[in-house]
Amino acid sequence: MNRSPVTGHVHSIQTLGTLDGPGVRFVVFAQGCPLRCGCCHNPDTWNPSAGTEISAQELVHRAMRYREYFRRDGGITLSGGEPLLQARFATALFEECHKMRINTCLDTSGCILNDEVKHLLTHTDRVLLDIKYPTDALYRAHVGCGIVQPLRFLQYLNQQNIPTTLRQVIIPTLNDTEESIDFLSLLAEERSCIDTVELLPFRKLCTAKYERMGIPFPMAEIEEPTQDLMERLQSRLRNPKKKK
Amino acid sequence: MVHENWNGFVAGNWQKEINVRDFIQTNYRPYTGDHSFLAEATERTNALMKKVQELFAKERQKGGVLDIDTNTVSSLTSYVPGFVDRENELIVGLQTDMPLKRGVNPFGGIRMVRNACAAYGYQLSDTVEKEFRFRTTHNDGVFRAYTDEMRLARKTHVITGLPDAYGRGRIIGDYRRVALYGVDRLIEEKKKDKQALSDVTFSQDEIRLNEELYQQIAFLGNLKEMAFMYGYDISKPAANTREAIQWTYFAYLAAIKEQNGAAMSLGRVSTFFDIYIERDLENGTITEAEAQELLDDFVIKLRLARHLRTPEYNELFGGDPMWITESVGGMGEDGRTLVTKSSFRILNTLYTLGSSPEPNLTVLWSNSLPEGFKKFCAKVSVDTDSIQYENDDVMRPSYGDDYAIACCVSAMKVGKQMQFFGARCNLAKLLLIAINGGYDTVSGMKIGPQMPPLEGDTLDYDTVMARFDIYLKWLSRLYVNTMNIIHYMHDKYAYEKIQMALHDTNVDRFMAFGIAGLSVVADSFSAIKYATVRPIKDENGYISDFITVGDFPKYGNDDDRVDLIARDLTYKTITELRKTPTYRNAIHTLSVLTITSNVMYGKHTGATPDGRKAGEAFAPGANPMHNRESNGALASLNSVAKIRYEDCRDGISNTFSITPETLGRTDTDRVDNLVSILDGYFAKRAHHINVNVLNRETLMKAYENPEAYPNLTIRVSGYAVNFNKLSREQQREVISRTFHEVL
Repeated sequence: MNRSPVTGHVHSIQTLGTLDGPGVRFVVFAQGCPLRCGCCHNPDTWNPSAGTEISAQELVHRAMRYREYFRRDGGITLSGGEPLLQARFATALFEECHKMRINTCLDTSGCILNDEVKHLLTHTDRVLLDIKYPTDALYRAHVGCGIVQPLRFLQYLNQQNIPTTLRQVIIPTLNDTEESIDFLSLLAEERSCIDTVELLPFRKLCTAKYERMGIPFPMAEIEEPTQDLMERLQSRLRNPKKKK
Repeated sequence: MVHENWNGFVAGNWQKEINVRDFIQTNYRPYTGDHSFLAEATERTNALMKKVQELFAKERQKGGVLDIDTNTVSSLTSYVPGFVDRENELIVGLQTDMPLKRGVNPFGGIRMVRNACAAYGYQLSDTVEKEFRFRTTHNDGVFRAYTDEMRLARKTHVITGLPDAYGRGRIIGDYRRVALYGVDRLIEEKKKDKQALSDVTFSQDEIRLNEELYQQIAFLGNLKEMAFMYGYDISKPAANTREAIQWTYFAYLAAIKEQNGAAMSLGRVSTFFDIYIERDLENGTITEAEAQELLDDFVIKLRLARHLRTPEYNELFGGDPMWITESVGGMGEDGRTLVTKSSFRILNTLYTLGSSPEPNLTVLWSNSLPEGFKKFCAKVSVDTDSIQYENDDVMRPSYGDDYAIACCVSAMKVGKQMQFFGARCNLAKLLLIAINGGYDTVSGMKIGPQMPPLEGDTLDYDTVMARFDIYLKWLSRLYVNTMNIIHYMHDKYAYEKIQMALHDTNVDRFMAFGIAGLSVVADSFSAIKYATVRPIKDENGYISDFITVGDFPKYGNDDDRVDLIARDLTYKTITELRKTPTYRNAIHTLSVLTITSNVMYGKHTGATPDGRKAGEAFAPGANPMHNRESNGALASLNSVAKIRYEDCRDGISNTFSITPETLGRTDTDRVDNLVSILDGYFAKRAHHINVNVLNRETLMKAYENPEAYPNLTIRVSGYAVNFNKLSREQQREVISRTFHEVL
């Protein structure tokens, strides 16, 4: 049997991640994404053949240098890009993490669900699932896939009972509505795997990146949400926290 | 000998001998709960603090110095008692007759005092000038003995910040002894020690010690008299909490009246006080609010402490610091935590009195600390940016469980060990001098062994390293010899009488050397090894600049290729230093700590092979250079953690700035994550970390509009400062540092 190491394309590593999953996390940004979200923060992660090639084993070896910081909740988070594009690599990574007792967290759009991805999910301790918009029309206009993919992904997570955090980037004029928040609340009520819902403010720090790459930032005209708006939406959200 | 003021305490060896540690161990009560028991400031405290804030505002308006008494030489009994608000003070005692009025202390050197007076529009009085015309100061003595080469090393700034013109500091008297035993008992014990000397053969060491004991005993007498002027008889042990704090404070006050050392640290008093507080709480003679009030009042006094400094001094040690370092927490050798409720209470002063750089609250962190305390510390950091952390788990094996931190990162057993402070040498400059064969391009002077500048189009790693080793050997010997002269003279002309009276008669001594520019030199060697570095020669044939082509591993990214270069540099330096014997057989130690002098060191150093431009500031302490970290904060912490404490027993300082948003989404997350970071970093056997949780924007606003941020406190290398007390240059450097932030 061929035991050559499984490698993947990695955009970058953030050794101190506190925003992508519980506790202190070693965050790996996978290279390559099939979607083209208008609000994307990291257009430099789109091209699947760019980035640094690295083996799953080497990556875990590096993550192990940070295990003292993980304490009870922390661990590794695989983000992107879209990690599901490299499901085989992601699986090898998470499998190796579990051997080393490192908690695994997958940050994804949920746009792909095949056997490889299902295998990956057997080694995933938590999924951070982006539900970007409440309607199929908005999904098609601003993401590049239908809403059915993430919803089907969520259904599967629920079947497998994988702890899930729903996340939404609040983009004024597009999804800063009560309907959008109520949709998240409804999902959280229906799917018992969801224990947390997070609303994240849309940010435009990436403008310079787009300029450097010479591509237009589709949401250049949209304002960042005010703290007030974020608080208002947050208070409307029926967060399922503590449900277990 | 059992004194009635000890009633209620568990008896032990501490009664038979001077042994504060034994008293603590047999009497303290570890506390493993959370901070919910803490009391808020009382109205009295708030009113007093308001007066103090007004004084601080006046001091700021007057350019940083409120007033100077130019007529009186500072000593224990030379001023009439001073008060802030006599009727409402619980703990009394000021350095001079008025709060924030600075005394003059010419024993270390009169020139510095003269210049400091002049810098603030005063003139040192004729009385003092006359008095010192026929007196040798420490500074006089040192310059009589300095060799030409030592003067040159100072002049070229390859060694800088030497304590040769003022008090050396970094000595911690065991101020608790006065509270526990009363002064009479301490005098009695010192007399016994002096008596015991009558049988020895008197050579230089014994004669010196004998005279020192005479001075110690005399000054213990002065201490009693000083307290008496304030209406207190401190000859007997303290009878309650208020007296314990007052007696201890008097002892500390005596030290800062006598000495103007750069760092005048307090020691480890909070758990000691806790024993008195617990006794009084049990007797029903005190409430929680009153206990907090007493500590608050004590801390207010500490915040009023000042020394008179020159502008040049402030360039090295910005922000008018005193380093009244109080070590809090830690674990006992028996596995019980040394955290008590008073560990919380002393940190609580940052809430009851507002955030502040002084006293320099230093948490001795251990992975075994109670969770409630860890979280409270993290909360205090997130809220105030006023505390620092040092690794009890790496220090305890060497220093036991009753050590304290002097200055920023220097550990010593309280009352049993002291150090000879020795500033630092500039390794980056040394590298350039080595490359140029003994020529300093900044000053245009020749220094050290003379040989031709390195030849060739590119720099070769082994060649440069071999050169560097030759010059490191030369500098190390020169550095030790220079320190030997300084400390010989300090003992001779400015001996710390009261502080050493509060030590055992036979103490261990450290001689603390330091290095600046570690990350610059590590990255420079990495550039030479992994990229191509082309030297550029000036018109005289000296290498004054470099062109570095290609990428190279940079310290701060958890990359062993360069991190181990940094580690080896510290090992090599301490190994070289150890080859030259020290004055009074002091143990050689090394620190990687710059205070705020990284700006000044950078100013005096030419361009370096790592791409740093001539004059550009170094990173502070053991920090990676600004903005060279590309893998996030923990990678940077891991790099610093690789420097071994065994090689740098005088401390490895790291200053960590992170935005609140990067630390976590909610306050609870931020606190939990900071605890994880500290646990992880210290599990890696790292030594020290300053934690700032703030946004660069806040600093920029404070830079533009200082009046709006009068109390903004930030941690710099090993201590905290009021941001507005830094020079504009130092402020800009702080702003330009790496802030770990989410992008």
